[in-house]
Amino acid sequence: MRSISKLFTGLTKKQKKIFFRILAAAFFIVLSEAVEEKSRILQVLFFAASYIIIGYDILIRAFKGIRKGHPFDENFLMAVATVGAIGLGDLEEGTAVMLFYQIGELFESVAVGKSRKNITELIDIRPDYANIEMSDGKMERIDPEDVSVGSVIVVKPGEKVPIDGVVVEGESSIDTAALTGESRLTEVRKDMSVLSGSINLTGVLKLRTVKDFGESTASKILDLVENASSSKSKSEDFISRFARIYTPAVCFSALALAIIPPVLLLLFGKSPEWGSWIYRSLTFLVISCPCALVISIPMAFFGGLGGAGNAGILIKGSNYMEPLSQAKLAVFDKTGTMTKGVFEVRGVHHSPIEDEMLIELAAHAECYSSHPISISILRKYVKEPDKSRVSDVHEISGEGVSALVDGKQVACGNSKLMDRLGVDYIDCRSHGTVVHVAIDGVYYGHILIADSIKQNAEKAISALKENGISNTVMLTGDTESTAESVAEEIGIGRVFSELLPADKVNIVGDLLKECGKKEKLIFVGDGINDAPVLARADVGIAMGGIGSDAAIEAADVVIMDDDPLKVVKAVKIAKKCLRIVYENIWCAIGIKVICLILSAFGLGSMWMAIFADTGVMILAVLNSIRALNVKKL
Amino acid sequence: MKKTYKIDVDCANCANKMELAAQKTKGVKSASVNFMLLKMNVEFEEGADPAEVMPRILENCKDVEDDCEIYF
Repeated sequence: MRSISKLFTGLTKKQKKIFFRILAAAFFIVLSEAVEEKSRILQVLFFAASYIIIGYDILIRAFKGIRKGHPFDENFLMAVATVGAIGLGDLEEGTAVMLFYQIGELFESVAVGKSRKNITELIDIRPDYANIEMSDGKMERIDPEDVSVGSVIVVKPGEKVPIDGVVVEGESSIDTAALTGESRLTEVRKDMSVLSGSINLTGVLKLRTVKDFGESTASKILDLVENASSSKSKSEDFISRFARIYTPAVCFSALALAIIPPVLLLLFGKSPEWGSWIYRSLTFLVISCPCALVISIPMAFFGGLGGAGNAGILIKGSNYMEPLSQAKLAVFDKTGTMTKGVFEVRGVHHSPIEDEMLIELAAHAECYSSHPISISILRKYVKEPDKSRVSDVHEISGEGVSALVDGKQVACGNSKLMDRLGVDYIDCRSHGTVVHVAIDGVYYGHILIADSIKQNAEKAISALKENGISNTVMLTGDTESTAESVAEEIGIGRVFSELLPADKVNIVGDLLKECGKKEKLIFVGDGINDAPVLARADVGIAMGGIGSDAAIEAADVVIMDDDPLKVVKAVKIAKKCLRIVYENIWCAIGIKVICLILSAFGLGSMWMAIFADTGVMILAVLNSIRALNVKKL
Repeated sequence: MKKTYKIDVDCANCANKMELAAQKTKGVKSASVNFMLLKMNVEFEEGADPAEVMPRILENCKDVEDDCEIYF
């Protein structure tokens, strides 16, 4: 009982009105049944009252439609069908069909409203207030729209960060789950930037805002997800065009059904049975409403887009769902996509002293350099180098560094440097950048520095294969040997290396020609420098899009964190969503066609027709909600 | 110029009809209705004044679907 009253309070004013009209109409029907034995006139009067209460708005709208010259809408259909039934003497059925039509409409409106609310709540990561500290030290909640760039806002533990900003005071850990779909804690301190939509967990943070509310990450993501369902997919286009011919076609068949068979029967000298044929054609009219078809498709897409957004995958339109689900060829960029794009020390080889010692000496020799190689050696050393131990630093461009560390001459660099110093060195068999180290003119081994492969890269490739994308390609500007070794390690089939950005576009163009009509090519990049390739592919996926406007701009699908497994998830979401779309299309069209055939042969009733109309619609709405559930994919 | 308006309409097919009606309105370059979000996106033709075009869109929509509303 409580859930019923809760449901009732959730109704809109319009829905409540219909609800009371349904109750009143049902009451009059019961009354008329009660007086059936006693007075025929009273019975008819009660039925008339019931019909008018429940159907007056439909009749008015049908009349308006006729006057404006476009009669074939559902109001007209219901009006003709029920008035027709009453005209045939079927008072009870005419009234009841109208009643059930309205009940169905109410159900539909509640179901749609509820799922609309579910989905929008799921994707609404936008906070509704910001705290501002007043001059008297009191906190005040204000609309984040009113916060100007450069203001200081306060975010308490448990609150959402409303606007992108930089920490000016406080330390805390924040959870970016709403943005990336994955719960991951990040520690933030003074001068670190924080994105809106993240949740502050432990400490109070004071942030200086760097953007307006509307330009902040959370607002931008939400805009994107909301606008996504505005660009329509092929199936949506198909169904709305189908609906435009479906209704008139069924109406004309209804007319034909009401006239042709009786006339033929008359010609053959049999009884025409006008009543029965008109009843059949009226049933046709009830089935002809296209609403179940029309709603089921956008609803399923909306659910899929919402579910994906919640998992940290932004799909920029329903129109990308289809090619994504048909993906057969996946092209990956290497650096930043399959690899971390960060150079790391992978090993120390041929060193006569301990590895840590060699790293310590090299780190000190390189401590004044800002070259990426030096930075990765310094990162490996972890500790802060003691600059007082270092003197006489010479950076030799294109070769390396030499310096006096603890009074020893330490030279770190490539083979050219070693050649020039006349030191014999040992080449490295692994791929990557090699830093040879010589101390006082004696070779002390080398440090191997390479980009490391992302944790889930191999898993992602094999999962793609399980999902029908067996053809994988990697494109890179890196050397052939490095590219081959990465490809082998993660299981990518084909590699194109030593490419310039323009070459990548051409190769994707060639690969596109290899694809059949229903085989789509997806390109996965990091959104930096590969905008033309993202645009050229059937579906361009940018990875690590969080906070990067360029990536969000260029790609069709944006993966908020940098986990390659999310590519697989995006494909799975699209497949599930499309499956539901097709289920809905076939179920709705199929049931309607079956009911049309049955009623043409006189096997159907108006009750069945009502089911074919509103029942199918409710089934389709419920089925669409499944698209939202993408957690287990 | 592109603008988004909140709308109110009951059924998906009615939303489709509104979309068609809006597209045919003078001064509108393109229009799309999002039934799930109850929003109408309108791209106006160059030089068209939204304050002038919107009442025309509403009128056309009311023509095809009496029971609809656009908030502008």
